[in-house]
Amino acid sequence: MTFKTVLLGATAAAAFATGAMAQDDKTKVGFIYVGPVGDLGWTYQHDQGRLAVEEEYGDKVETVYVESVPEGPDAERVLTQMALQGADLIFTTSFGFMEATMNVAQKFPDVKFEHATGYQRADNVSTYSARFYEGRAVQGLIAGEMTESNIIGYIGSYPIPEVIRGINAAYIQAKKVNPEVEFRVVWAYTWFDPAKEAEAAKALIDAGADVILQHTDSTAPQAAAQEAGDVITFGQASDMLDYAPKPRVSSIIDNWNQYYIDRVGAVIDGTWESKDTWDGIDAGMVEIGEITDAVPTEVKEAALALKDAIAAGEVHPFTGPLKKQDGSDWLAEGEVADDATLAGMNFYVEGLTGEIPQ
Amino acid sequence: MSNIDPILLLSAIIVVSTPILLAAIGELVVERAGVLNLGVEGMMITGAVCGFVVATATGSPWLGFAGAALGGALLSMVFGILTQLFLSNQVATGLALTLFGLGLSALLGQGYIGVKGPVVPDLYLPGLRDIPFLGPVMFRHDAMVYIALLIVALVWLFLNRTRAGRVLRAVGENHDAAHALGYKVVRLRLAAIAFGGACAGLGGAYLSLVRVPQWTEGMTAGAGWIALAIVVFASWRPGRLVLGAWLFGGATALQLALQASGGVQIPIEYLQMAPYLATILVLVILRAGRAPGSLGRPFHASS
Repeated sequence: MTFKTVLLGATAAAAFATGAMAQDDKTKVGFIYVGPVGDLGWTYQHDQGRLAVEEEYGDKVETVYVESVPEGPDAERVLTQMALQGADLIFTTSFGFMEATMNVAQKFPDVKFEHATGYQRADNVSTYSARFYEGRAVQGLIAGEMTESNIIGYIGSYPIPEVIRGINAAYIQAKKVNPEVEFRVVWAYTWFDPAKEAEAAKALIDAGADVILQHTDSTAPQAAAQEAGDVITFGQASDMLDYAPKPRVSSIIDNWNQYYIDRVGAVIDGTWESKDTWDGIDAGMVEIGEITDAVPTEVKEAALALKDAIAAGEVHPFTGPLKKQDGSDWLAEGEVADDATLAGMNFYVEGLTGEIPQ
Repeated sequence: MSNIDPILLLSAIIVVSTPILLAAIGELVVERAGVLNLGVEGMMITGAVCGFVVATATGSPWLGFAGAALGGALLSMVFGILTQLFLSNQVATGLALTLFGLGLSALLGQGYIGVKGPVVPDLYLPGLRDIPFLGPVMFRHDAMVYIALLIVALVWLFLNRTRAGRVLRAVGENHDAAHALGYKVVRLRLAAIAFGGACAGLGGAYLSLVRVPQWTEGMTAGAGWIALAIVVFASWRPGRLVLGAWLFGGATALQLALQASGGVQIPIEYLQMAPYLATILVLVILRAGRAPGSLGRPFHASS
């Protein structure tokens, strides 16, 4: 919790004391972010969604946000304050806000909550997420084709299903185009800590990796790759175009704009219902950032073809035959992973080394 | 283990430990003068943001480092004036300085998040850089690595071989006696505090200009507290300070290298504890020395 957030909290409390009397008919939408809006990654994209909501509805809505909220008790306090301030709908934009969201939602049954990337729902709690793994598969293909050392570094944040899914999806495609490929995963245990992410990227590069994939939100690994020279990276969550055409050769962009506009619209109309949304490339929630000229044309074409096939539903990134890391069977030939397994994924596929921390 | 290149690992250790070393050597001088400034973290982060802002505005990382030292020193003067002239409690004021520094830096850094800073080139040392093994480990870094080590050496010389250094130590050991001998206790302590602030600022700027290199809120992530701990465990001696910083840097770099090498079977949680455990263990084994006699005690000429 930064000092600034404390101040924000204090002002929020003060605003509640004075503002409770002045009721108005604006729909009030709150957002809590795990990082700063200036991270140029995950939180930045959520904030773009917030701005899109303001753009769409103008005077009909009022949005508030609190940034850099730690996952844990602080989140619960911030959420309670927002609910007390009269928020009608609150987006909690990190997996680690799940418990806080559920607890506060129970206390405020009239306030609607939307929790990103979680799996617990209630009558006033929806969940939403994007099928980032579809983008990871495209990255995996480019990574497998581009690596010369055959070592691909992967900076993981926390060992949760969303991250493990990404590692698996990228590995499966990379292995398909390059059987020699090897993944090295470093767990940073943070979503946003540029110093740690830079160290992790450097350690991976020192270990011989010439492609770095990241599931953390800052551009620090991009900077580390740029400094090291012949290393390529992918933008995470946001485009990170500052580092194009190299090291950043492409990116996964999370586009929450339409979803946020739809959900806020539903609250305004009174049609909001608790539901689970999991959209991918086809719905536009996951976008693939421009593939730069640092990638050979035929690789670029193959990557775009895979992207189109995934969008059209012709290819599923998790299609059998696939085995788990321990050699046991998972998917038979032609079988496609079901959403429940994917949502709770806690195992590596065959070929990945290392253990998932428990 | 076989996958880890010892040359790259050692070279990483030296770089990782530099910001802690800079902050710690400054605090060492402050504490030898008998003042306990717990605001290292706040001064580091302020130095990080000042350095980054100046460097992006001027395009020169060296002006950035100068700005960082100045920013750190200015902030430390808040602490200096409060504790030395108004005799406020040093522990409370130091903690407040950390909180203040974190907030101030977040404010100053608005608009600089995600911005790319200027590149700090490695110092080209012809001849030295080509020595087998030692060359890549020691002589292919940016200039700040050597400046940090130079500052440590100069501090050692100052404390042990100069008259002014001995006066400073006397002030730290027994300020009443030093005052009775006619030394300006408060003035000397203010100078030491400013030096400590400048060094902490340099350490912070090393993070924002060389290591990461970017500005983000809270980016020092506790490095200032590690620096404080290393000063105590190094028993206030510059030589051991270098050892402590390298040890901490070493364990940090090693745990990442172990993860990246792919072949580890040790649970990652243990690896992440390792830097802290190793630092505490070895420095305790080295036997903590005696603290300066007047450390943390308020001084007023009337008493």
